[in-house]
Amino acid sequence: MTPECPLPYAEHECLLLGHGAGGRLTAELFDALVLPALGGVPGAALEDAALLPGQDELVLSTDSFVVSPLVFPGGDIGSLAVHGTVNDLAMRGAMPLALSLAVIAEEGLPLAELRSVLVSAGKAARDAEVPVITGDTKVVGRGACDKLFLNTTGIGRRIPGLDPSATRARAGDAVLLSGPIGLHGTAVLSTREGLGFATDLASDSRPLHRLVKALAPCGGDLHVLRDPTRGGVAATLNEIAQASAVTVEIEERSLPVPPAVASACDLLGLDPLIVANEGCLVAFVTAEAAGRALAALRSLPEGAGAVRIGEVTAGPAGRVVLRTLVGARRVVDMPLGEQLPRIC
Amino acid sequence: MKYLDEYRDPALARRLLHELSSVATRPWRIMEVCGGQTHTLVRQGIDELLPAGIRMIHGPGCPVCVTPLETLDRAMAIAARPGVILTSFGDMLRVPGSETDLLSLRARGADVRVVYTPMDAVRIAQAAPDREVVFLAVGFETTAPANAMAVLHAARLGLTNFSLLVSHVLVPPAMTALLDDPDCEVQAFLAAGHVCAVMGWREYEPIAARYRVPVVVTGFEPLDLLEGILMAVRQLENGRYEVENQYARAVRREGNAQAQSAVREAFRVGDRAWRGIGTLPASGLELTPQYAEFDAARRFGVLELTSVEDPACIAGAVLTGAALPTDCPAYGTRCTPRTPLGAPMVSTEGTCAAFHSAGRTRDPHTPADSLSQEPT
Repeated sequence: MTPECPLPYAEHECLLLGHGAGGRLTAELFDALVLPALGGVPGAALEDAALLPGQDELVLSTDSFVVSPLVFPGGDIGSLAVHGTVNDLAMRGAMPLALSLAVIAEEGLPLAELRSVLVSAGKAARDAEVPVITGDTKVVGRGACDKLFLNTTGIGRRIPGLDPSATRARAGDAVLLSGPIGLHGTAVLSTREGLGFATDLASDSRPLHRLVKALAPCGGDLHVLRDPTRGGVAATLNEIAQASAVTVEIEERSLPVPPAVASACDLLGLDPLIVANEGCLVAFVTAEAAGRALAALRSLPEGAGAVRIGEVTAGPAGRVVLRTLVGARRVVDMPLGEQLPRIC
Repeated sequence: MKYLDEYRDPALARRLLHELSSVATRPWRIMEVCGGQTHTLVRQGIDELLPAGIRMIHGPGCPVCVTPLETLDRAMAIAARPGVILTSFGDMLRVPGSETDLLSLRARGADVRVVYTPMDAVRIAQAAPDREVVFLAVGFETTAPANAMAVLHAARLGLTNFSLLVSHVLVPPAMTALLDDPDCEVQAFLAAGHVCAVMGWREYEPIAARYRVPVVVTGFEPLDLLEGILMAVRQLENGRYEVENQYARAVRREGNAQAQSAVREAFRVGDRAWRGIGTLPASGLELTPQYAEFDAARRFGVLELTSVEDPACIAGAVLTGAALPTDCPAYGTRCTPRTPLGAPMVSTEGTCAAFHSAGRTRDPHTPADSLSQEPT
């Protein structure tokens, strides 16, 4: 350290909301605190779901849901909790076998609200053809949590021949996106007190495992699968670029940003690339398999809007580059941390 | 989409760039005043596609960036008091004060809330009569009408628990201060479209005439900026120095009379400190005596609070266009969006943050230019 470089002064002594936003602050918290405490390896690639040790065909994933409000256009916390975990399993190439569902609820929550959310979770599970086989219910005093938090844990079985991983992106891979971006985050924000803008935006929350099944014939040509939830496409591509030590180049023109999302982002000063999604996936496939993979995605309603948004190049490791509308290039940075929390 | 896509059309952008190349015969230095314009220029990489010799100088028009450290320290001193709800635009929350920032203060228990309009702060005050609600009123002429309306509305409602911590600044005094500097390199201005939507452009006419400098009122989309630059270069090449309006879809010469009258009722012009630049005479707005009871600095007795800047931060030079963020030794090392030393690294409209998020680097081995060329 030189005299010009004193100790970083912004060492926060307590958690900030941004630590839970899925961006750079979250990564720092993981590497500095969570992983060392739990015996993990800081800096190791983190996947959406883990392979069970000694049982490589099985994957496990867990996710907690704190979205506010509980019901939003296009979904609610119940369906979101099912979709979120089903999708995390699917991103390791697995079909869901079973889910657990845990409830943490605040004293005073109307039973009708709890019922409606759980009925919605049950319906989402049936639609995804996965049973909820165990669960837990805790009630805490007024003010100890905000209405209702849910946790789902899922176990899945991998489709033979598929081994998608954030570490497997290779130069030459095509980068595919299964549908429009920015819908979930902007739909939830549109309901927030103080933001309330009139819109027909609805969350894209839905299960993605059938898309993955449709991609199964790609086999080893399917290198990476990821659903760009918190931190959006920008965070997801940065994580993949880092985990695989490659450069990812995307084309701004080909990004499917629905007009209502573009307008909402313009009003709120947000970049659609960092807005959360709950119903699309990013797939990295070999250039040879790109056409087949796109056709497979488009064969299902949830993938009807699938497009190729870019490719992997042999540039500097961990970099995401956007070719802008006017033809220049800029780096797409890892978002620092979301200013608008509790989106999922 | 109406009013968006047509201003982001790649083919039209290339045509404007081509036209610019054929019009420009000499090097020119043009300042875009507004941080929103800087954001678009850097996000789209427009500044790096301009014909050789045409250089954009990034101006002082980021409201978050020019809000003085004192104001932030005062806001934090107020927010730390029991019973206070401090409301602010989101951008201000991460700006470092002398010791901490509002986000960290909130994590330690202060009631700090993000609002998208000051009218929400008034509503919060109405709903919580036992709390003191303070709105951090920063910004240029663009945000002044809404802040004025909030005060007028609160007065009509008879609210006694609502106040503003005011740090409003005005564009024309900043432009003249820059032009009066003997080292000033700026040869033309892109005036801030949204400021002019409120104020019109009459007040720029004497500046253009006196300093013989073209002023083009310009919007914020990629094509707006390219057209604004082209109009400025045409004037420079022809030796003209007029005020022209590129942003005709939003701006009239007289501006918005109703908004101006709200501002005149609640605020009066006064001297104002600019972060990184210093105090400029008659460069800001303060509450009129009639509405002085809504002044949070008086109400909470924080007027005596003074602050000292981090000596490593060159924000002043960046804000006046005298230096690029990448000229700063702290850029990307001590100073990042994660640990900002100065405000331009915080706001998305801040020049340093815009450079950083676009991956521009000080490292001579990976010059920004290597990212700027479209492959052929």
